[in-house]
Amino acid sequence: MNRPWLLWLPLAVIAFIGGLAIYGLAVPKDEQVHSAMIGRKLPEFALPEAAPGVLPLSNKDMVDGKPRLLNIFASWCIPCKAEAPQLEMLKAAGVEIDAIAIRDRPEDVAAFLTEFGNPYRRIGSDSEMAVQLKLGSSGVPETYVIGGDGTILFQHIGDIRAEHVPMLVEKLKSAK
Amino acid sequence: MIAEAGLAALWLAASMALLQLIGGMTLLRGGAGQLVPLIKPAAYVQGALCAFAFLALMWLFYVTDLSVLLVASNSHIDKPVIFKLAGTWGNHEGSMLLWVSILSVSGAAIALLEKRIEAKTLYATLGVQAFLALGFFAFLLFSSNPFERLSPAPIEGAGLNPLLQDVGLAFHPPTLYFGYVGLSIAFSFAVGALLTNQVGPVFARAMRPWVLGAWIFLTIGIAAGSYWAYYELGWGGWWFWDPVENASLMPWLAATALLHSVSVLATRNALRAWTIMLALVAFAMSMAGTFLVRSGILTSVHAFAVDPERGSFILALMLLYTGLAFVIFALRIGTVKQGEPFQLVSREGAIVANNIFLSVILAVVLIGTLYPLAAEAMGDKISVGPPYFNKATVPIAVLLMLALLVGPLLRWRHDELKRLKYWIIGAAAILLWTGLAVWKLAPEIGIFPMLGIALALALGVAAWLPLRGRKLLRTPLPVFGMVIAHFGIAVSVFGMASESGFSSETLTALAPGESAKVAGWEVKLDDVNPVVGDNWVAVEGKMLARNNGSSFVLRPQSRQFFRPEMQTSEAALLTRWNGQLYAVIAQPDQQGDGRWQVRLWWKPFVPFIWYGALLIALGGMIALLGRMFRRAKKPAKNKWQAE
Repeated sequence: MNRPWLLWLPLAVIAFIGGLAIYGLAVPKDEQVHSAMIGRKLPEFALPEAAPGVLPLSNKDMVDGKPRLLNIFASWCIPCKAEAPQLEMLKAAGVEIDAIAIRDRPEDVAAFLTEFGNPYRRIGSDSEMAVQLKLGSSGVPETYVIGGDGTILFQHIGDIRAEHVPMLVEKLKSAK
Repeated sequence: MIAEAGLAALWLAASMALLQLIGGMTLLRGGAGQLVPLIKPAAYVQGALCAFAFLALMWLFYVTDLSVLLVASNSHIDKPVIFKLAGTWGNHEGSMLLWVSILSVSGAAIALLEKRIEAKTLYATLGVQAFLALGFFAFLLFSSNPFERLSPAPIEGAGLNPLLQDVGLAFHPPTLYFGYVGLSIAFSFAVGALLTNQVGPVFARAMRPWVLGAWIFLTIGIAAGSYWAYYELGWGGWWFWDPVENASLMPWLAATALLHSVSVLATRNALRAWTIMLALVAFAMSMAGTFLVRSGILTSVHAFAVDPERGSFILALMLLYTGLAFVIFALRIGTVKQGEPFQLVSREGAIVANNIFLSVILAVVLIGTLYPLAAEAMGDKISVGPPYFNKATVPIAVLLMLALLVGPLLRWRHDELKRLKYWIIGAAAILLWTGLAVWKLAPEIGIFPMLGIALALALGVAAWLPLRGRKLLRTPLPVFGMVIAHFGIAVSVFGMASESGFSSETLTALAPGESAKVAGWEVKLDDVNPVVGDNWVAVEGKMLARNNGSSFVLRPQSRQFFRPEMQTSEAALLTRWNGQLYAVIAQPDQQGDGRWQVRLWWKPFVPFIWYGALLIALGGMIALLGRMFRRAKKPAKNKWQAE
């Protein structure tokens, strides 16, 4: 062996792997994958109304100087039912909420709104999940905070619980 | 009472290991060694106590003693007996106890059986073995006591993860553990030989059966795990490059390389330092495997086994053992003399090529497995999947197969490729002809499945050539073992190439009475009925599969387990000589119109993947038998023989 430093190479590899592993154990794991769209403008889209009698939704509808929430939901999704009261609370606090219904049928959305209330200003129907993908959303329910200029500011993954309501209101306030 | 006895046995066994370690250390320090005569008895007692502790735990699971926390949280009174027993190791504490027990019993076996290597090396080996065991004893006793009581005792117990309630589970983890522990013994031998300056053919022959045994178990364990994932997860794939699969593959790759290099060391007294290094790497990889499964730092289908706190304990042990071993390696390897020289074109040369290719594949898999972790440390979130692993490993595997076409035919020390010119031309002809034929028949399948099939056929012939010109009755068993294992590789590769090149898939929603087609099969969903099992209910589809006038019934299920609640799909497999029809039924379609989601695959020759793996393991067993048989016949004084 004329290159003795080479003998210490395995040890260096082990130390490196060990360091990685310690890092992996020490840093709490965040299983959520956030959208790469945060900080960017809304993608262009124009969705038809999701149920009879509601207003359709396009990205231009959300560029009017007023920050609001964009809720991704579906009538077949159980956590979406669970978050309905919190959406009502937000609406009562003066928050405007637009929505996109994913892979849904008009009559099911209508039934959902009758049963759980309608906190929404507009509801677009994304039957092929195309807009959902463009937004970088991977499931339902998800809620985005959209700035008045149409910038995606924040993404909340999962249902909105009571403790999330003040946080979302705060985000909307600071969006101005 | 039994639980307490088991715990006491563990403490006693740990003290035996301590005694064994101290004995080994005094010997190495050149002291008078009054403790040395105690080393072997300590190993026997330690093995016996551990076996007792494990059997005690098994008994507690068998009678479902719910006052024991581990039983209460992993078993249930309604569970079938076989799964009650499998529950012994189907959880963290039990599996660690199994690990320690195998380790200790193997230690006792070495103490009892190993007669060839020098006494000092044997004691050093046993000392290292005790040092390994002590770490795991500490782990068990301080953070994973399997005998902990629960008061008050519950009435039913929590159950076992339904994915694991499968006969596959009864074999898969313990099989891998046998493999891992076998590699720990190779590790102990390697460190023992390094410490006592005995790296040579005698040491290699002592270590070889353990490497071979470990490798057989790993081969079977990986094959079983792959088949389990294939039929239980219902995704139709047989290898997902999941971090935990990789964790079992990496020790296997290292062990395969080690198996070959240790033969060179035993037969030709070459590759000394390299063999030691591989022995250390192989064990490091099996520790890393255990760590990856247990710590959950990588997202994986094996999430059921996760516990970060215990992960850190295993990590600490892994870093301690492998770190120390490589320090010893760096300090002592200079004292290991250069082995016998050989030329590039020779059996040794071919085995070096085998070792290099296997090591590169190992490195590629290791990098791919750890990359997400490194990326996360840099603030990036990615996962590395099949596209990377397939692209990076398959070309190297192709080179490995090419080397395998001629390697086993070469002579030791030096040889001429000219001598093999007829076979080389023949192999090239087989490759070219098959490749062209496949390309003509199915140009769309891509280069690697095409190459895979061609290589499999060529290797299917090449594997048998080492028997040419030999008197079969006088051919040593290890040669037969090698031939069968190499033929198994051809069989397995054929299955893999055919599966990846020719599988067809249909995803559809069927109402009872409707049919779907897949690759010449017509599958009719006849009926869907509820069925009830011991601790689950399911919907079962009855499907009629027809092909060329013959018809078969398939019954895939979608199962709902309770305690704990979980849904699993039980694929229905119909095995024909030329492939498998694979059917999965899911819960009713969301549209609610009485249709069921049905997924069908036709996978030509897919069972060959596992037949091949079994042949590989069988080859290993034959070689192992040969080694043990010859050892019994001609003890101690066998000068190395070339084969």
